[in-house]
Amino acid sequence: MKVFEPMQASISISAEPQQRYVLRLADTCLILAQRLGEWCGHAPALEEDIAMTNIALDLIGQSRLLYTLAGKMNKPNEYSEDQLAFLRDEHDYLNFTLVELPNGIRKGLTNNFAFSILRVFVMASFLKPLWQRLQNSNNADLAAVAGKALKESRYHQQHAGDWVVRLGDGTDESKQRMQDALNQLWPYTTEMLSNDAVDDAAHDAGLGPRFGDVKTECLADVNAVLNAATLQTPKATAFVSTGKTGRHSEHMGLLLTDMQYLQRSFPGGVW
Amino acid sequence: MVIANAESTTTLTLAFAWEVLNTVLDPEVPVLSICDLGMVRDVQMQGARGLDVVLTPTYSGCPATEMIASQVTNALATAGFNPINLKTSHAPAWSSDWISDEGCDKLRKYGIAPPGPALHGQDIVLRYMPLGRQALSTLECPRCGSTHTERLSAFGSTACKALWRCLACQEPFEHFKPF
Repeated sequence: MKVFEPMQASISISAEPQQRYVLRLADTCLILAQRLGEWCGHAPALEEDIAMTNIALDLIGQSRLLYTLAGKMNKPNEYSEDQLAFLRDEHDYLNFTLVELPNGIRKGLTNNFAFSILRVFVMASFLKPLWQRLQNSNNADLAAVAGKALKESRYHQQHAGDWVVRLGDGTDESKQRMQDALNQLWPYTTEMLSNDAVDDAAHDAGLGPRFGDVKTECLADVNAVLNAATLQTPKATAFVSTGKTGRHSEHMGLLLTDMQYLQRSFPGGVW
Repeated sequence: MVIANAESTTTLTLAFAWEVLNTVLDPEVPVLSICDLGMVRDVQMQGARGLDVVLTPTYSGCPATEMIASQVTNALATAGFNPINLKTSHAPAWSSDWISDEGCDKLRKYGIAPPGPALHGQDIVLRYMPLGRQALSTLECPRCGSTHTERLSAFGSTACKALWRCLACQEPFEHFKPF
């Protein structure tokens, strides 16, 4: 009888809300890093090529620590960081839809620097106050990850924010491209700044804040930069994306095909 | 396998463990030991030959972390310590303030401008502006000592460094980011 390697089969995660809270954060970091990694060798300048991939590296490091934590929380079987990163099916990934969107679509091109750098800025502005509060988590592992990640998110925010201002308050062409990127991105921010039962469970257990609780701080930073960049904040819409509940956009499956390919083809492969 | 003889057993002290750890170099900046970097947070003897070592990684995604851990285990095992219990501690988070003065001197001699003091929490003011309008730097060129320098790239060849250039001697140099 054939015996399958343990790394070969897809895994499912439990419905436990505290684990899902940690996975939302871990998946958001990992999937954003995957998108940033696509810039490797393709960024408009060498410095930005290095910046995109360095930011991705920080995010992958953060997600690894979070996956180790989330893996320990899984019942009845614990999972390793690699199993969680590479062996779940699409509906078990709980990242915000915003981070799985392609690197911007403009005139048939799928690499839009304006959209990509704006997304880094918005995500860092969200993660920074979140890490700040997670330092007080009653889970010592999560608090430790947050202490480190907070410093990294500040550096990401500074770098990406500089670009939003430079392009937004730049030439007519760069301003228009940044405004277009903002218009595309903005509807997807509602998801990460609103709360649901997972947030409540994490909050009540002392694990961390409801994600929506950092809305004021996040938007204060974002609006300050959009003002400096002379960009118009788009009007709110009724659209709410649903990635954090496992219902993703059509882009997620393609992203996972790329990301999981090696592990699915060579089960259990390690460095 | 090398069996420790009576003489070498007597050298298995805490001070000797630190000496051994000080020979383990950061693979990305091979003039700095992990002790210079402040990554070794605690070392305790357990019995005659056992050792507990606590390391704190620098950046979350630093790819050298695992290599350093295996180098530490190898170096201590070769010196005769057994068993070696290596622990990773993430709190408090590593800061470039933990790099020793000697470490900063080594960095400068190697051509990397050492980090100034890291700012924390409320002391950090984010200012967004185009590069050309950024305030003049006070960072010293590690080659000629001039402060007539500018940042070329916020990110560098490794997670811990940024790329700068000196406008006096025209040489590019790396800066270990205050973090």
